[in-house]
Amino acid sequence: MITVDWTAFTPFSAAVGGVLIGLAAGAFILLNGRVAGISGILGGLLKPGRGDIAWRGAFLAGMIGAPALWIIFSALPDIEVSASTPVLVAAGLLVGYGTRLGSGCTSGHGVCGLSRLSPRSLVATLLFMGAGFATVYVARHVLGGM
Amino acid sequence: MSYPFSAFATGLVFGIGLLVSGMANPEKVLGFLDLAGPWDPSLAFVMVGAILVGLVAFTIARRRVTSFLGQPIRLPTATQVDRKLVVGALLFGVGWGLAGFCPGPALVALGAGKAEAAIFVVAMVVGMAFHDLFQGRIAKAVSPAAGQDMR
Repeated sequence: MITVDWTAFTPFSAAVGGVLIGLAAGAFILLNGRVAGISGILGGLLKPGRGDIAWRGAFLAGMIGAPALWIIFSALPDIEVSASTPVLVAAGLLVGYGTRLGSGCTSGHGVCGLSRLSPRSLVATLLFMGAGFATVYVARHVLGGM
Repeated sequence: MSYPFSAFATGLVFGIGLLVSGMANPEKVLGFLDLAGPWDPSLAFVMVGAILVGLVAFTIARRRVTSFLGQPIRLPTATQVDRKLVVGALLFGVGWGLAGFCPGPALVALGAGKAEAAIFVVAMVVGMAFHDLFQGRIAKAVSPAAGQDMR
């Protein structure tokens, strides 16, 4: 039985943020002709093709620069990280390896892939969401928090 | 030309979207992934909002050969659900559930000066490099022409 945490529920800001993400992904394919998959854009820098470094670097600089633009207008929203350093390292290794092996992450498969109705991305999205649900269940309710 | 300015502007909007939506906050992400705890369904709204807009853009993109800036439109051509996709997605999902970070939010949190995000991002890049090394060797061992289609 699922109990909804109504105090944490923020449907409006979530939807507005989602629309901005969709606008960015849409603008990127329509202007630069590229899929806005963050793991692919970052991973592609490890062995870049010709003329590849500038747009990849610029996109990532925009993402990393977003908080700097934000704080001109408002205080940054909470970014709470509860994971310990060993867990962060393990998680980073898994995310890096997994997104390269599976050709994408939440943005590439979850947003762009589903937006272009790719069955392959639908499978990937269901699998990583399922693995995410299962992992949090085990970490929080079987092992009792990490 | 690869139009770095539009890439920068797009990355900026993407990052702002992650901040507005709450996706850049790992605790919020874990609140969504924790179905057995007090569940925060907010992130489902992020996906719905992003995909509704994305559907329009990608429908237009699929009918075009070049982008509005004259770049070739490169949409993924792979259609096969293979073992790499399945194993990769599962490993990614486990990592996502462990820390609450996926690649985009980790970069935004890094930009916000979070030391934890820096640790995660370094490990993530190491994981990517490890894949490229390891996978490239397997592909070469199996068939010298394979491993060329990796993005």
